[in-house]
Amino acid sequence: MLGNWLYIGIFALVALLMPAVTIFIAGILAPKKPDPIKNSTYECGIETVGPSWTQIKIQYYVFALVFLIFDVEAVLLFPWAVAYNFLPIYAILEGVIFLLILVVGLIYAWRKGALEWF
Amino acid sequence: MDFLRDPFGFVINWYVGLLSQFGLPPEVVEVIASLTGALVLATGAMLFVVFLIWYERKLIGRIQDRFGPNRVGPWGIFQPIADMLKIFTKEYITPDGAEKFTYNLAPILAVAAVLLLWSVLPLSVTVFGTDLNVGFLFLIAVGALGEVSYILAGWSSNNKYALLGALRLVAQLISYEVPLVLSALVPVMLAGTLSVVGLVQAQEIWFIVTAPAAALIFFIASIAEIGRSPFDLVEAESELVAGYNIEYSGLKFGMFYVAEFLHAFTVSMIFAVVFLGGWRGPAAEQVPILGFVYLMLKTFVVYFVTILFRGTLPRFRIDQMMNLNWKVLTPLSLALVMVMAVVGGLTRDLPLFWQAAAYLAVNIILLVIADQLIRLFQRKKPKQALAIRGGHGALTTSTKYGTGE
Repeated sequence: MLGNWLYIGIFALVALLMPAVTIFIAGILAPKKPDPIKNSTYECGIETVGPSWTQIKIQYYVFALVFLIFDVEAVLLFPWAVAYNFLPIYAILEGVIFLLILVVGLIYAWRKGALEWF
Repeated sequence: MDFLRDPFGFVINWYVGLLSQFGLPPEVVEVIASLTGALVLATGAMLFVVFLIWYERKLIGRIQDRFGPNRVGPWGIFQPIADMLKIFTKEYITPDGAEKFTYNLAPILAVAAVLLLWSVLPLSVTVFGTDLNVGFLFLIAVGALGEVSYILAGWSSNNKYALLGALRLVAQLISYEVPLVLSALVPVMLAGTLSVVGLVQAQEIWFIVTAPAAALIFFIASIAEIGRSPFDLVEAESELVAGYNIEYSGLKFGMFYVAEFLHAFTVSMIFAVVFLGGWRGPAAEQVPILGFVYLMLKTFVVYFVTILFRGTLPRFRIDQMMNLNWKVLTPLSLALVMVMAVVGGLTRDLPLFWQAAAYLAVNIILLVIADQLIRLFQRKKPKQALAIRGGHGALTTSTKYGTGE
């Protein structure tokens, strides 16, 4: 079992190093002639007004919250799905009831207008 | 003869045998073998992108009644190589006020996240990176790692367009993650395992036949995950210029480009593995190289469909995209998981064929109901829009005529 994860670890290192080395080599080959105009922030030819890290709408946060609920729920459901073939019928129904509770949550979010994008 | 039936497996066995002849301890042999395997697989994937870019440009060109690349080499097949050589010698322009560390990390992470997916995909009976017992979960989790790179790129560029593009993209990706994960529950339920190799082995009948609704949801969510048209709001040339990668130049931009193309192909391959039976086909178990050919054929069919989507469909509006996700795909996938669980529990004692038929019938009924419901709500839409404008709901009042940002 450790052998599998060893391979994943080595693969992750290779996957990180390969683009890094390529970018590094290209950096050596490429010319370097920076000047203030070239390095300025791109904004259709006019100068940027105010800070670039602006305030963001609350909507993104609401979507992130709804996503969090469903993702955690999916993590809880995966073991249930793996064991599904061995589960008695009442255990399957328990999983369905768990999903139904989430459906109620989705309907609540829907009615509250959390799923609307403005 | 062995070599002809399974060249990859033959070479791997020969290489491992060669290593152990040097009298190294088995742990060292394992590390060296893993390292070589990872290097070969990652390099192969990176070089394969060159072909993918040519293939996609050629097809899109044909769809738009153009020739596509046709000057460099036969049928223009060396065009991406020429582009690559050019981009290698391009200057890096780092904008003022950028966060240096995260700015440079983002393109690396974008490629690494996609490459890492290849470590668990089974290419044939004998050739796969590794057989993780949580392989499918690993695929979903690592596939989501790309989101981190996008938000890093957008945030560290010190550019409003890039920030908006990145936030939009992440909102889209995390939203479509929900139906993706929920529909992924269905094949896991049918196979009873999370191992990707096990998923392929369990497909006596392809899962696209037993669960077409799950396959459809998974496919749509996959297209949204790679940010391709019709879900390419991120790119949105007319409004956001190019989204999160606007301030990147030279090979750093090239890395995002490579990551996008490789991700599109990898997602097609995941779909082929999970729903189209992977390397399964006639005589694939006896002659493993045939399995590889089958898998590539299936993957290219799926990839062709995504390119067809890209070439023919117009872009969604962001609210339409969110509505499709949260009000159609998510409820549908929730209902699907529940119904499949109950039907599977009830038909457990039946033979495999009848169980598959029951699954198929339930899937089709569900799709028809969903279609009818969408049509019903579509007709009611004007009334709903009026209710929203009247301030019904908690979040409606602040940006009544806002631009959507």
